Amino acid sequence: MASVTYDHVVKRYTADVTVVKDFNVEIKDKEFMVLVGPSGCGKSTALRMLAGLEAITEGQIRIGDRVVNNVAAKDRDIAMVFQSYALYPHMSVYDNMAFPLQMQHMPKADIDKRVKNASRILGLDNFLKRKPRALSGGQRQRVALGRAIVRSPKVFLLDEPLSNLDAKLRGQTRIELQKLHRDLETTFIYVTHDQVEAMTMGDRIAIMNAGILQQVGTPGDIYDHPANLFVAGFIGSPTMNFVPVTTSDSTAKASGFEVKLPKSVPAGKGTLGFRPESVTDRISDQTGALEMKVDVVERLGSDQFLYGQVGGDTVTARVDPKMKVEPGDTVRLGLDTRTLHLFDAQTEQALI
Amino acid sequence: MSVATAARPESTAAVWSPQWIAQRFSRVILHVAVIGLTIVWIVPTVGLLVSSFRPAVAILNTGWWTAFSPPFQFTLQNYRDMLDQSNLGTAIFNSFMVSIPSTVIPVAVAAFAAYAFAWMKFPARDWIFLAFVGLLAVPLQLTFVPVLSFFVQHGIVPDKLTEVGLPPWLGLWLAHAGYGLPFSTYLLANFFRALPSDLFESAEIDGAGTLTVFFRIILPLSVPALASLIIFQFLWVWNDVLVALIYVGGSPDVAPLTVNLADLTNSLGQNYQLLTSAAFFSMVIPIVVFLSLQRYFVRGILAGSVKG
Repeated sequence: MASVTYDHVVKRYTADVTVVKDFNVEIKDKEFMVLVGPSGCGKSTALRMLAGLEAITEGQIRIGDRVVNNVAAKDRDIAMVFQSYALYPHMSVYDNMAFPLQMQHMPKADIDKRVKNASRILGLDNFLKRKPRALSGGQRQRVALGRAIVRSPKVFLLDEPLSNLDAKLRGQTRIELQKLHRDLETTFIYVTHDQVEAMTMGDRIAIMNAGILQQVGTPGDIYDHPANLFVAGFIGSPTMNFVPVTTSDSTAKASGFEVKLPKSVPAGKGTLGFRPESVTDRISDQTGALEMKVDVVERLGSDQFLYGQVGGDTVTARVDPKMKVEPGDTVRLGLDTRTLHLFDAQTEQALI
Repeated sequence: MSVATAARPESTAAVWSPQWIAQRFSRVILHVAVIGLTIVWIVPTVGLLVSSFRPAVAILNTGWWTAFSPPFQFTLQNYRDMLDQSNLGTAIFNSFMVSIPSTVIPVAVAAFAAYAFAWMKFPARDWIFLAFVGLLAVPLQLTFVPVLSFFVQHGIVPDKLTEVGLPPWLGLWLAHAGYGLPFSTYLLANFFRALPSDLFESAEIDGAGTLTVFFRIILPLSVPALASLIIFQFLWVWNDVLVALIYVGGSPDVAPLTVNLADLTNSLGQNYQLLTSAAFFSMVIPIVVFLSLQRYFVRGILAGSVKG
């Protein structure tokens, strides 16, 4: 159990290939932190530096108060679950889980106790004698977790552990992992490219893009107050609507509508952002109004999404599933002005 | 496993439909070709086998295929003569004493070297590997004179070795190890490289050192590659005449079976019938080795380590 600190960490392969740039995060003890970003954003590299599988070019990584830059992977008191699970194919489930403990020269009786305990938690009791190839994907994934649990490490590192599971199992395992985190009371650092996993599992989320940390915060915080255009577009599904606007004082003028901003901003160009659920069939004095020419209607039962044109811009709206709309219709929709975001055209940083 | 799940085209295409006929036809052609090739390949061996059971006179006068028509003339005399006239007991012992270390040494050294080439980082690794593999292109006949003169200068010849209490085959072991290393290293390095790197990283985090990884993870996973390599190297050394002749040919009590059998024909002039029986006799051991190791050629030993 320990906190983890990334202090101005840089990873550079060659002079002009820098995959992690000035990375600063403090992960609290017992926290479930999710590193999320598109592939190639440096999130796995950040995790691998913490694991001791990649050298740290600049800066410091601390586990608790200890600087681990020059500590061997095995002495960092961490355990890692790989995307591929990396089970030893020639060993039984029991031996796979016992392996890290055997490496510590732990007495056999203690190893046995720990492996049995982990297999009970994970429901692997009946599979201890099997080889990994005789297990299903979900069972293999749990063996990989078990191998991490037996060590009772200070920090759990998980590198996209769910991406090899089918959708249904992924949903279940997501819940199991959260339960496991609660039971073990250990720091979890979880890397994923899936924003749904990040939103559902993380106590806090760190979003990365192109090697640069974009924003750190709770899922709700990041959803409601994205720091920049990238975060706004990455989190949330369907993605946020982005419309180029011209601002003057506290109004924003787009090609097809005009809205009042919640606060005044300097005159200029910007990008107005609003989530699909801010565009509804309810129009009141809290909302602006816009006219949409509907191209596609998506009915999900619980929701109804409309994709269409507002002036010259493409907009997604989430309307009441009972509303009757057909492609080609023109509908009048309300835009909730309380949940508007405005991004600077140049810096892409959030202004509102 | 794959056999059971293989698609069976007959069951999907309707009988006598054009596709069915086309499929059948191409299968028949395939089978005829395979069987034809097998026959062409096996005829000389069968001829040799039949000859080995024919009397010397019959061998000289008629072709081996006439043995299947009357008068049937078969005899074990060739085998009896061969056993009487050669010093077989010593020769077989020598063959084992040559073949086993000459197999174990290069495969063991190659396994360590291949691990380093595949998974360790050191300067100029790829260039060293390239140079190593480049040695495959050196014809071994080219090495006889320099290596033998080196051996003679440094006393690595049977007589001198026995004097200082070392096994007389040491020079031959070193020679075979040297000849076998480039290929063994190349094959194993490629095999090791194909193992998933996650396994090594996981083992590193689990606290396994370099040697532990080698002995507890790489070797168990490489059994198929090691088995095939051992078979190759063993067969090559067991069947080798030339190298043995060069390095220990001058000492009949140290020479392996092949050299002994070659001497047999030479000393007896045109005794072709003895060579036929001797050839089959020397084939017994390699066949035993092959059959006992072939079960290790199991596919899919890696199944289950990663996603599947």
